[in-house]
Amino acid sequence: MRARKDGVEVSETAERTAAVGGPRGGQPSRSGPPGLLRRAAVGFMQQREATVFVVVVLLIVYFGFISSAGRSTFFTKLDLINVSQIAGPIIIIAIGEVFLLICGEIDLSVGFTYTLAPFMMHYLIDFYGVPGILAIILSLVMGLVVGWVNGFLTVAMGLPSFVTTLGTGFALQGIMLITSHAEQSAIPGPVQGIGHWIGEYAWAEIGWAVILVIIFNLVLRRTRWGLHTIAVGGNQLGAQEAGVNVARIKYGNFMITAVLGAFVGLQVAFQTSVIDPSSGGYQPMFYSVAAAVIGGTAMLGGSGTIIGAFLGSVMLAVLTDGFNVIGVSANPLPLIFGAAILLAMVANVQFARLRERGRAL
Amino acid sequence: MTAVTPDGKAAPAAPTEDVLRVEHIRKRFGAVTALRDINLHLAKGEVLALLGDNGAGKSTLMKILCGFQQPDGGRILINGQEVTINSVDHARELGIDVVYQDLALVNQLSVYHNMFLKREITRWPFLSNKKMRRTAREHLDELGVNIPSVDVDVAKLSGGQRQAIAVARAVFTDAKILLLDEPLAAMGAKEAAMILDLVRDLKQRGDVSVIIIAHNYGQVLEISDRVNLLQHGEITFDKASEDTSVTELNDIVIEEYRRALAERHKTA
Repeated sequence: MRARKDGVEVSETAERTAAVGGPRGGQPSRSGPPGLLRRAAVGFMQQREATVFVVVVLLIVYFGFISSAGRSTFFTKLDLINVSQIAGPIIIIAIGEVFLLICGEIDLSVGFTYTLAPFMMHYLIDFYGVPGILAIILSLVMGLVVGWVNGFLTVAMGLPSFVTTLGTGFALQGIMLITSHAEQSAIPGPVQGIGHWIGEYAWAEIGWAVILVIIFNLVLRRTRWGLHTIAVGGNQLGAQEAGVNVARIKYGNFMITAVLGAFVGLQVAFQTSVIDPSSGGYQPMFYSVAAAVIGGTAMLGGSGTIIGAFLGSVMLAVLTDGFNVIGVSANPLPLIFGAAILLAMVANVQFARLRERGRAL
Repeated sequence: MTAVTPDGKAAPAAPTEDVLRVEHIRKRFGAVTALRDINLHLAKGEVLALLGDNGAGKSTLMKILCGFQQPDGGRILINGQEVTINSVDHARELGIDVVYQDLALVNQLSVYHNMFLKREITRWPFLSNKKMRRTAREHLDELGVNIPSVDVDVAKLSGGQRQAIAVARAVFTDAKILLLDEPLAAMGAKEAAMILDLVRDLKQRGDVSVIIIAHNYGQVLEISDRVNLLQHGEITFDKASEDTSVTELNDIVIEEYRRALAERHKTA
């Protein structure tokens, strides 16, 4: 039985061999000379961020012009600052979450690192007499330590990061509440100067966010770190076999996320001129994860973009602010967010198919 | 127990030319003897077909050769030097690379990024994508691997193309001894032909030695120089491919099966 089957296959092999020898090294076929406009449109739609970009533009047009017949305050300086200040922190935390999601992890604790960081700075300066700049640096180092612990529990102890960071999040919140007695503190004197640059100036937050987006977009798309992060999330075993240090990538991305969280915590404290035990928490983390997902980052790892997360964050900020502008109550906002996330996901999935077809054009 | 080749005919290659020699390798897992006494050799540029049914010990032998498991006894020589293969990394340093069926590729990365994974060309701090793209293209062309573009994500390629890229990557990263684990399993006709062509190309280059582990005698007989048959943890058959046939190999396996069946009846 086997012999007969094999015999047949032998004789077929020669034909197959002949059939396969097609031309080598062709370019992807682009048939016909499509117009510049069409090519631009196809090129644009092939970008993963295209969908969310269109949505952001539509929302801005809606809140800026349509919703109040051209008399909207959306385009006033004050309002743009407001949007940017909502978007900034979401963007910066989303950068970290994108890296983590791509390599197959998540950080639910980042909002509590955010809360603890300015308290840390306050304790160091006011109780231990540490110089201002050093206190800020040490608060950021605290973020790195939290990230390392998240990495340790996930990589070395083998916990799912969802569980790890759920636990460390509560722990951080506890530490913050115990040490601060759940009371607000003022910004310590020595850091008020530098605080302007970190978060107090009107455009400081979006400025930092844009700088970090540019840097981390390059890190993701143009460096080994980014490539290995994608490899680890796409095929952990395969990446490991190729020699990629999976643990290092995961530790590193946990640390990036936590240090960005700590930085945002400091920014918001400076911006609001108060160190508040109720700032941070789950909300900024969920906004950031939502922004990442809206921007096309896969929850299961392997793909995602910083630009997408940036646009996703802007979209959430525009929605939040837009409802203020048109004077509607904020109560339906979560409903709108929920719908936006689901719509964005559906659009991402469906447009991915369209893009596939676009590639064949 | 000494090296047994029931069909006689010791292979002609002189020991010094062997890139790989395995001598009296044994491996037990508790009460189960996976490898009884394995002796095999592989000359430079040779393609050896290692055939055997499930449970014959093929995968255990593979795992030992790629450093994943340690043998209980016997020795392994690479280029005449006795070596202890401690880990997969160590095996790779020694030039041994296993290509599992497309398992090591990252779907979300382009062909050239996969080819260069962990060996990226960089101009600090950035990747030199242009250089990697060009080099990957050249290397694949040289091996005759036919894919439309090195820019496409691996996810968009067929099983055969992915396998070909996995093989090409291993060669590219200076593997001298390639272990191909069931490279043709679950592969269409065209795809299989592509892989067979690739192995043929490697053979012509002559600097890479290949062990193909397979079920399908016909296809591998065509491209291999020599055939070894693994049965019950021993190499029971060692012949040049041109001196044997699918029928002969089948007869051996079937005869063995009948004998085992008869013995079982006797004891029952």
